[in-house]
This record gives sequence, structure tokens and C-alpha cells, in this order.
Amino acid sequence: MKLLLIAEYRDGQLLAGWSELLAFSREMGGESVFFLVGSEEHLPTCDEKLYLADSSACGEYNPDLHKKLIVDIVNKEQPDMVVFSHSSYGWDLAPRVAFALGASQVSEVVDVSDGVPVIPVCNSKLRREVKIKTDQAVVTLQAGAFGLQEEPSGTPTVEKISVDAAGRTTFTGYEQAESGGVDLAKASVIVSAGRGIGKPENVEMIAGLARALGGEYGASRPVVDSEWVEHNRQVGTTGQTVAPKLYVACGISGAIQHLAGMKKSEFIVAVNTDKDAPVGEVADVLVVADLKQFVPVLTEKIESL
Amino acid sequence: MKILVCIKQVPDMESKFKVDDSGTWYDRADLAWRMNEYDEYAVEQAVQLKEQVGDSDLTVLCIGGDQVKETMKKALAMGCDRGAHILDDEVSTKEPYQIASIIAEYAQDKSFDLIFTGMQSQDRGSGQVGILVAEFLGLPSVSTIVDFVYEDGKIDVKRELEGGVKACVGLSAPALLTCQLGLNTPRYPTLPNIMKAKKKELLSIPVEDLLKVEARQETARVYFPEKKGGGLVLEGEVDQLADQLIQILKEKTGVFA
Ligand SMILES: Cc1cc2nc3c(=O)[nH]c(=O)nc-3n(C[C@H](O)[C@H](O)[C@H](O)COP(=O)(O)OP(=O)(O)OC[C@H]3O[C@@H](n4cnc5c(N)ncnc54)[C@H](O)[C@@H]3O)c2cc1C
Repeated sequence: MKLLLIAEYRDGQLLAGWSELLAFSREMGGESVFFLVGSEEHLPTCDEKLYLADSSACGEYNPDLHKKLIVDIVNKEQPDMVVFSHSSYGWDLAPRVAFALGASQVSEVVDVSDGVPVIPVCNSKLRREVKIKTDQAVVTLQAGAFGLQEEPSGTPTVEKISVDAAGRTTFTGYEQAESGGVDLAKASVIVSAGRGIGKPENVEMIAGLARALGGEYGASRPVVDSEWVEHNRQVGTTGQTVAPKLYVACGISGAIQHLAGMKKSEFIVAVNTDKDAPVGEVADVLVVADLKQFVPVLTEKIESL
Repeated sequence: MKILVCIKQVPDMESKFKVDDSGTWYDRADLAWRMNEYDEYAVEQAVQLKEQVGDSDLTVLCIGGDQVKETMKKALAMGCDRGAHILDDEVSTKEPYQIASIIAEYAQDKSFDLIFTGMQSQDRGSGQVGILVAEFLGLPSVSTIVDFVYEDGKIDVKRELEGGVKACVGLSAPALLTCQLGLNTPRYPTLPNIMKAKKKELLSIPVEDLLKVEARQETARVYFPEKKGGGLVLEGEVDQLADQLIQILKEKTGVFA
């Protein structure tokens, strides 16, 4: 089995996900080749062959152009599988490549069972095994699902490639996340509010528990999107990654994008009315209760300790 | 200006799911159904654009059994002009490539200037359909948008990347955009608009007229994930629960030290 692994580069940086692609390839027992639109100064440390297109010539992400580059390599290498990270780069590019190749795509693979990719569905409440019916396949891998015991080392054999195609979209710049205010990364206790808090007035209840525990409060994305809490308190893929001593998730279901930001916390408590909420998969303690009743009682008891 | 917005009806994710008899999807019985969250942002953006440009025609498309008309009515009440219902009682067996082909087949001779979809569905979560529709139609597309500005055929969007970073991207109509949470604030349909929506055109087209491609994948099995971690589950009276939790935190963490 041969795999084409698509590494990522953004704004002058090689992104870390490439080693997970390699871990997946080893698990599949495959021979692998890398592809990167990046720079010779930041290459994956591995022994594989790597096709390199220069990002200073190609510019930042441009779907039409990157697709063309990858399809050219596929035609040359004839891999059985093209593998992306399930990232903003991967989920955007993978369907385009799959379409061009006439290949089937499976998104957000978390596991492989007898050679069949397994993906989470219904907000991670269920798992689905997908049988691919085309000769070539394109897959995207969920961040953190595949890992290597040791950091790979080595120097790839680089083959430079170029393309003279223009894209139909124009990248005009990055907008960085607003910074300032609270630094959740420094808090040793974080109590986070999810959509389960129901209304903005209840943010104060969560903040109160955080104060009682000597920590900060955070939030899941819907709470931030609704503007009940400012963005710099958002935990998750598109927010902050945190690893406090204690993380209390109140009214948070445990979607993968939220878990990605907090699952490294030392001790995780979840408060949820739904006993089957996927947050239960990472929680050390799942308190099955209505947070509106439970949190004030807990806060009061802690304050009187 | 002709605009298309594609929506999906999905179960409420807080539902208690059961695997169906075929073992390849969830059981549809006893579920509460709603519009896919990501699609609500798509509908709102399409309606805002229609309001901005004035002279326009906005179609909402949904594939599914008769039941999905309920969700389509919400989109009509939010401001879509007409509904294209692709009647398919077996929609849950179709994979993303087929779904996209159905939409593209419907759209191909209608010269839409802009097509909006959600970035993914809450149940399948493949995140492929929008982009594949654009590929079928040969249109440029941008996924995961959190900001949208349109002026005279020129579109400026922001794409959400990881860690709160956004990429600013420009393109021209015709184009397709897939919408991410936080793009806007979806409106609640007002009662007068709900009444008006009842009179709007909602045409059903049998899926057989539009499906021209074979499936490229199929579901082998659906099942509940094993509970990993073996975390403790506490149930009971809140007063007792609070005492129990404090005891555990004292033993297992240093937060009260
Ligand atoms: C590309 C991308 C990036 C994303 N980035 C992020 C991110 O950075 N951070 C993030 O959080 N999300 C992110 N998301 C969104 C993510 O997929 C989920 O939609 C989100 O995390 C859900 O938030 P939630 O758990 O608060 O809400 P829901 O999923 O709606 O869950 C609410 C929970 O509250 C419980 N509940 C309801 N009422 C009560 C009550 N009274 N007491 C106790 N429990 C109650 C319910 O049982 C449910 O489990 C991203 C999504 C995408 C596609």
C-alpha cells in the first residue's frame, strides 16, 4: 500500500500534524511519500521522499493551485491513498482532490478497523465504519487520533516541483486572534460554560464557581458566538488550548473541537444533564445534574470550606 | 441576482440515539428534528445578501422525505423566496458525492450567482458536500467562512483557521461558500413571516430525476463508541453530589491545598 501524505505550512511555519500522518501510514503498513507547499528551511524530520513546492512562489493557501500540484504528484506516484489532517487546510482541499481523482473521501478518521476507516458521527455519540468502493481514496485524520511512540528523525529526500497555474481565489492576508485580557493558559483551574447554561445571565454563575476555586472561567464556542463571553475565553480548536490542574465543563457536550482544547487537563469534571454526553469520554468525574441547580450549591459549599 | 442555499434536516444532537435495524445508521423514531446548525448561518447570510442587493431570487434546497418540508418552511419564514424539495425517502443512505451530484444537477442550468451551504452537517459531519457541489459546477469555492462582504460581483470573505486566526480571501461571483458558526446571528422567523411563508412555492422533485452517479462508499457499520477512561459517573441529589465532588477534588487534586 502506498500513501501520499500532505503536510501543511502556514505563514512561515511547518504545522505539527505531519507526524500524525506518518503514524497513520505506519499503522496502515504503508510506504509513504510526503507533499508540502512550504520551504526548505522547515522540513519534516523523516526519511521519506518529499515533494516540495516553494511557498514563496506559490503564495499562501490557494485551493486551485494546491489541488493541481497534488493531482500531478498522484499521477506520478499512483498512491492508493492521499492523507490529510482534518484541519482547515485538509477539509478544504481533500474534497477537491478527491473529486479530481474520482476517489472516495472519508473525513475525520479516528481509527482503522480491519483496514476500514472509522469516523465519529452525531457529535461523537456514534462511530461509523466506511467501506470505500473506489481504487484510490482520500482521507482526513482527526487531530490527535494517530501518534508515534517516538518523534521521527531523519532528513527527507527532497524533489522540488512547481506549477504555473493561477487560482480563482486571492489570499489577501491573515487576521490574528485578538489578544489581551485573560490568559487561560496560566490558570490552574478553569470552569467553562457551555450552551447548557441556557442564557447569558448564567455566565456569572460559572464565573462565581471559578472564583471560589481560585481560577478563571472559559467557554465553549456557541457561548462565544452568542457574545455572552468574549473570544479570548474560548477553549478549543479555534480558541485556546489549555491544560489546567482542574477543568470543570458545565453544560458542554464534548464535541471534538472543544475536547481538542482541554483534554490535556490533569483532572476533568463535567456537569451535564445528559449521561451519554460525549464529554463523559474524557471526564474523570461526570456529574449528572442540572447545572443551574448544582453549580450554586457547589459554589456555596466551596466558599464555606 | 439568483441565490441558492442548501440546508439539511438533522436530529437534535442531545437526542438519545439508537442504531437502526440495518446497523448502518441511527433509528429515526422518537427524534426531534431541526435545521442543521451550520445551515442556519448559511440561510441568514443568503437572506441578508438578498436584502442588500434588492432585486434577487433566493431558493432554499433540501433533500429528504416529506418530513424535511417543516425545516424548509423555517427557511422560507426567515426570508427565502421559494423551496426546491428533492424528495428522497432514502436520503440517509446517500453518501456526500451523491448528495453533491444531486444538488449540482438541480443547479446546473439555473445560473445561480451565489450558493451557500453549511460547512458540515451535525450528524454525518463529512464537510464535503458544499465543496463537491462547487467542483461539479466548476465554481470557485471557499469553506468555513466567518465573515462575508459582497459588492458588485466581488466577494470578500474570512475563512476560519485554527487558533482564532482567519485568512482573508477575495473571489468573484459565481461562487460557492460554506458557512461556519458565528458568521452572523440567524434571525427568528416572526409570526407574520411564518404566515407569509405558507404561501411560498415549495416544489417537490423526485430524486430519481437528479441522481446520475453511483455511490463511491457505503456504511459498513454504526455503533456506540466504547466508554474509555472509565470516569466516575455521579447521580443523585445536588446537595449530596456537591459533597461527593468536593471530597473527590480534595483527594485527587491540589485545588483546595
Ligand atoms: C471547525 C470548527 C471549529 C470549532 N472550534 C470550536 C472551539 O474552539 N471550541 C468549541 O467549544 N467548539 C468549537 N466548535 C464547535 C463544536 O463543534 C461544538 O458545536 C461546540 O463545542 C458545542 O458547544 P457546547 O458543548 O457548549 O454546546 P452543545 O453541543 O449544544 O452542548 C450543550 C450541552 O449542555 C447540556 N445541558 C443542557 N442543559 C443543561 C443543564 N441545564 N445543565 C447541565 N447540562 C446541560 C446538554 O446535555 C449538552 O450536552 C468548532 C466547530 C467547528 C466545525
